[in-house]
Amino acid sequence: MSTNTVAKAPVLILGARSDIARATAHRFAKAGHPILLAARQAERLEADRADLQVRYGVQATVHEFDVLATESHAAFVDSLPTLPEIAVCAVGLLGKQEEDEHDTTSAVRVIRTNFEGPASILAVLADRFEERRHGTLVGISSVAGERGRASNYIYGSAKAGFTAYLSGLRNRLAKRGVHVVTVLPGFVDTAMTAGMDLPKPLTAQPDEIAEAIHRAVSGSRNTIYARRIWQPIMMVIRSIPEGIFKKLSI
Amino acid sequence: MKLSGWGRFPVRDCKVAIARGDAAVAEFVQSGPLIARGNGRGYGDCALNPGLTLDMRQMNRMLAFDATEGLLAVEAGVLLSDIIATFLPRGWFPFVTPGTKFVTVGGMIAADVHGKNHHRDGSVGRFIEWVDLVGADGQIRRCSRDENADLFSWTIGGMGLTGVILRAAMRLRPVESGWIRQTTLPAPDLDAAIRIFEESLDATYSVAWIDCLASGPRLGRSLVMLGEHSTQDELPEAELANRWAMQGKKKINVPFDLPSGLLNRFTVGAFNSAYYWNGRRTAGTRLVDWDSYFYPLDAIGNWNRIYGAQGFAQFQCALPLDTAAAGLRELLDAIARAGAGSFLAVLKRFGPRGEGISFPMPGYTLALDIPASTGGLELLDRLDEVALAHGGRFYLAKDSRMGARVFQQSENRAGQFRALREAKGLSERFTSVQSERLGL
Repeated sequence: MSTNTVAKAPVLILGARSDIARATAHRFAKAGHPILLAARQAERLEADRADLQVRYGVQATVHEFDVLATESHAAFVDSLPTLPEIAVCAVGLLGKQEEDEHDTTSAVRVIRTNFEGPASILAVLADRFEERRHGTLVGISSVAGERGRASNYIYGSAKAGFTAYLSGLRNRLAKRGVHVVTVLPGFVDTAMTAGMDLPKPLTAQPDEIAEAIHRAVSGSRNTIYARRIWQPIMMVIRSIPEGIFKKLSI
Repeated sequence: MKLSGWGRFPVRDCKVAIARGDAAVAEFVQSGPLIARGNGRGYGDCALNPGLTLDMRQMNRMLAFDATEGLLAVEAGVLLSDIIATFLPRGWFPFVTPGTKFVTVGGMIAADVHGKNHHRDGSVGRFIEWVDLVGADGQIRRCSRDENADLFSWTIGGMGLTGVILRAAMRLRPVESGWIRQTTLPAPDLDAAIRIFEESLDATYSVAWIDCLASGPRLGRSLVMLGEHSTQDELPEAELANRWAMQGKKKINVPFDLPSGLLNRFTVGAFNSAYYWNGRRTAGTRLVDWDSYFYPLDAIGNWNRIYGAQGFAQFQCALPLDTAAAGLRELLDAIARAGAGSFLAVLKRFGPRGEGISFPMPGYTLALDIPASTGGLELLDRLDEVALAHGGRFYLAKDSRMGARVFQQSENRAGQFRALREAKGLSERFTSVQSERLGL
């Protein structure tokens, strides 16, 4: 495909209400891509849709999507006006670790929202993209999935599952013209982290993550850390022997 | 968290919540007294409430643009800089802009900001078609000149004290380029400056930089700068190739607080003299890009640090036409004697008065920074009295320390505003450190 058609390729944003999703939609719209915004209560995305259209003059549409309603995912993709060229899964739920570790209902909800649901919708999209022989799938996972920690292992283990899923999917589709990007944000200044005391040098703004995603898609990168400083940090965290790690509180 | 206005004085510990959507705002409003805050460019304590300060910057969506009317509907947290970045390349510019582009639309309305075209076009309120306002009951009301007209007129310039502005529609001005034809006219003294302003009422933009440290026969010496939007035909080839002047300018930054005493009578005096003589030497007409013309200080990140950690207060008053010359002379005299002038003292001719308790009125306005030191604050009190004695008014977006008595004497509609706030149950819901200080 010529660069021109790539530049105009429609981008589907799943979980469009999050701050990272919003920033990502803006970044692609700025580059001229039509945008499909998908989330629950899609009618409440109207202002975001209008915003993309007014600011960037691109076409933007909203679509009802529930990541937990996995049985509806095939029908959801069928209902889209066009099969997107790029799909970004920005769905995520941090949960409350202290409560979730004792409450199976809320723990399952965190696990399903961060892993099962995203895996399900990406499976449907992967098949369609594979059949078409082109497309890019972007999964926003988390550095929390790199190693389980007492402070967020429910969320972290679900993200670990999602990261492994993305890696497997990339392996499967590599020879089929479909690219898979894994995004591993560290701390990001968003609604999800509001009220947390995050170290400034490690904390990215949603715009930075969006910029990194846009770059990764154009440059066919596989796995990106955002900010990049998280790559060496996580390398260290992964390499700490379990005997020591289990006694740490980080 | 520790919060202040742009002047970094006063600083208060405020609980801050981020507004994300209408329902959340309605809930916050019903939870207790609060004030909405935009981008924090009000100088003093107008957007501080220790109980709850509602950060509106995440409500920053552009909702609709009608290109036949130039009417833009936005959420209140949209920045003026974003509006310019989006619409200037399409041939539109804000009708009214303050001296920084880093303000939210909600903040512009709440302060009823004015620009260099006030003498001709009035303040921003004239170009607001409607606002959506969350009242004390958590209900959203569309307010315009036809609908809830009373609330509309008090919201313009109402400093957020009539409710939380959620959305607004603002008219933009069609322009043919991003260039301004600027004409600089040196004025050796105050009378000359006023004469130039009165002879230039037809100019779209007019403003003067005034040397607050000059005294005696030089009192009030100024550089009056007039401006017109350049048409496409008037642009030489180089500027035409860059018609909207959208290229990012180099931005410098003040990385830390400078020592408090750095700006003193001698350093500022030397700067002012050099600036005046350089302006005189280069007087005449030239093309200036919109960013340099309207927002020279935006090119210096965190310029508010130049006054040091103690912060600074802005003084901005307006004097009626008939007392302006005498009042300005007395103000300048007091400032020059205290040796407390700032780099940026600005003199400007105002046009007609706006809505509600909105600041501008026909006459002259003088604005300058004064360090928030003991001596500086004493001088400010003296300036208040001089302005009052000449029938002056004060700009609440700049104020951080005026007393309630001074304000009440200067604002003949304060009582009416208070009565409206009480009648609509607004006075216990929407309060700021400033509103309490001023007895609003």
